[in-house]
Amino acid sequence: MDFKFDIIRDYFPLFMRGAGYTVGISLLSILLGALLGLLIGFGKMASGWYFRWPASMYINFFRGTPLLLQILMTHFILIPNILGKTNALAAAVTALSLNSAAYTAEIYRAGIQSIDPGQREAAYSLGLTPFQAMRHVILPQAVKRMIPAFGNEFIVLVKDSSLVAYIAVPEIMYWGNAMKGQYMRVWEPYFTAALIYFVLTYLLSKLLQFIGRKV
Amino acid sequence: MSDPIIRVSGLNKSFGANQVLYDIDLEVARQEVVVVIGPSGSGKSTMLRCLNLLEKPNSGDVFIEGKSLMDARTKITEVREEVGMVFQRFNLFPNMNVLDNITLAPIRVRGWPAEKAEAKAMELLRKVGLEEKAQAHPDSLSGGQAQRVAIARALAMEPKIMLFDEPTSALDPEMVGEVLSVMKELASEGMTMVVVTHEMGFAREVGDRVLFMEQGRIVERGTPAELFENPRQERTQAFLSKVL
Repeated sequence: MDFKFDIIRDYFPLFMRGAGYTVGISLLSILLGALLGLLIGFGKMASGWYFRWPASMYINFFRGTPLLLQILMTHFILIPNILGKTNALAAAVTALSLNSAAYTAEIYRAGIQSIDPGQREAAYSLGLTPFQAMRHVILPQAVKRMIPAFGNEFIVLVKDSSLVAYIAVPEIMYWGNAMKGQYMRVWEPYFTAALIYFVLTYLLSKLLQFIGRKV
Repeated sequence: MSDPIIRVSGLNKSFGANQVLYDIDLEVARQEVVVVIGPSGSGKSTMLRCLNLLEKPNSGDVFIEGKSLMDARTKITEVREEVGMVFQRFNLFPNMNVLDNITLAPIRVRGWPAEKAEAKAMELLRKVGLEEKAQAHPDSLSGGQAQRVAIARALAMEPKIMLFDEPTSALDPEMVGEVLSVMKELASEGMTMVVVTHEMGFAREVGDRVLFMEQGRIVERGTPAELFENPRQERTQAFLSKVL
């Protein structure tokens, strides 16, 4: 089998730029998703049904429908309705953030609910308010347990961001498809894309391990 | 009783369809030590947890220094500042050291400066014999040590009442004594205490009054002498014959 390294070399700068998009989109989406997820996670733990029900529906919708469909709906329906016309980059970040919020919400909830109820009771019995108990007793313990799950979610997000190639965001997968189209070859573009994703997620998992040990 | 520090009246509590407390009435005088005994599942702990609203009664009321806990205007955090609680499983905060466990509430709730809270914490650690453990991590303590820290933590708020929820039930037998002796000292200093326990020796020696609970009701109450030597109720007799 002949594997043409020269066409990879030609496309290499484009793949690198694509990797920049992938990293940027993933970082922005995990951050926005984590913020929105915080609201939804606490909504799901609230005592009032008017908080719990919408949070539950949100999580069910975004976990229960394909991400590709969510990206397409954001690109062709949501963003045009807000901005007047669509914008692929905005649609990509919006769709991935909305999607990861559903998963991070569950990470927050699971982390907080994994803390022994006795911790909250002890804090309450000392006169701490629910907010103080959360801030000084529950969250510091819960965050530690959330870190590995957040790491997994981030890695999943980096890989899933390849789906935004469908709406022509020039990230790694987009250039892989472009290369395939130009040379009518499959091995070189797909292997190159796979290798870049692998390097990204591998470095990320090492980084997360390091952070996990530090905390 | 002219001015009870705790008054419970007509207290009922259910978990779903399962009623665990029936029409509990109780008054505790200042400086009194009330010991609650009874079989597992009799509602002792639930009753205790109603006294600082860790459990919300379904009906009836609890008055702490005359303040109704069921009154929506009562700030429950203010009541809890005056009511310390010690748990069966210690519930120390594993994300901070012993000293920070003790100073957290005085600093955050009472608003004390850190130096004052730390001085108080060290004084209490001396009292429970654990001065050298101030910087230790809760996980490094034995059960008996952890429970003594938990008592110091509750006392740091300078509460008027102390609730003990089976404080020695999770301890190895050789560590029960060290915790009970701290509690005895506290009682001798005049602390108002409500103690749920299976330690009959402690009940007899330290209790001013003993309550026997079964199936969600206070079956019998009296001085330790009355209750242990001459129980009037058959159910009390049956229980005591099993545990003594």
